[in-house]
Amino acid sequence: MINTPQQKRSLQSKLGRVRGLGSTREGVHHWWAQRMSAVALLPLSLWFVYSLISLTGSDYDAFHAWAGEFGNSVFLMLFVVAMFHHAQLGLQVVIEDYVHSEVWKMGMLLFVKYGTVLFAASAIFAVLKISLAG
Amino acid sequence: MPDDTRPLSPHLQVYRPQITSILSVTHRATGVVLAFAALLLAYWLASAAYGPEAFGRAQGVLESWFGRLILFGFTFSLFYHMCNGIRHLGWDMLWGFDMAKLRITGMIVVIASLSLTVLSWLMAYGHVGKL
Repeated sequence: MINTPQQKRSLQSKLGRVRGLGSTREGVHHWWAQRMSAVALLPLSLWFVYSLISLTGSDYDAFHAWAGEFGNSVFLMLFVVAMFHHAQLGLQVVIEDYVHSEVWKMGMLLFVKYGTVLFAASAIFAVLKISLAG
Repeated sequence: MPDDTRPLSPHLQVYRPQITSILSVTHRATGVVLAFAALLLAYWLASAAYGPEAFGRAQGVLESWFGRLILFGFTFSLFYHMCNGIRHLGWDMLWGFDMAKLRITGMIVVIASLSLTVLSWLMAYGHVGKL
């Protein structure tokens, strides 16, 4: 990858590149965070789907009993955090690819970022409330 | 043209659809769909924290035919995005880039995600024994 014609012609030093000071001033952070959250979501999603299968037909009390169990509460919160983080990173790329107006792009990026944090916080608080208040 | 050595992006309008491009677009589309699924999960958890009436309302919506259709779509989106995501992680480790492997892994992703979706729903409604 280093020896493509573009990079041979680039004025940017290789040190500048590896320090993450590319055109976006971000380096590989976004890419890496997307992969790390994806890897975390593999087991968490499988656990979640398996849990939903087991919970099919459960009523309010049965669901509370399940979600209030220590391990289930912890995994639910981890799932919510990894999922909303991954969703934010993915939606960001989609917006950056397709929205070309700077104003709309910035507005939608803020909307997605604040929205995912809001919903993640609500979901975490919901799990805590179920878990701690019974 | 500033630089004729730069690769051209494949223009969707003039490219014949291929398994690679279709699966790639589907990966992105299912990702966006799953963002809505995440919102629904947050609403569902919040309703359970709010009380029996709110949870009952949420369950009423989810257990309607329309709710189940949406959940079925979410299930497929999740399994597709997960299976194709594993394919992506393989590419990140420089595995599976040649056309033969791309086609085979692509077919595996489609078959696996459809099978896992149907299997999950059969298990949920007791037609197949639970694990």
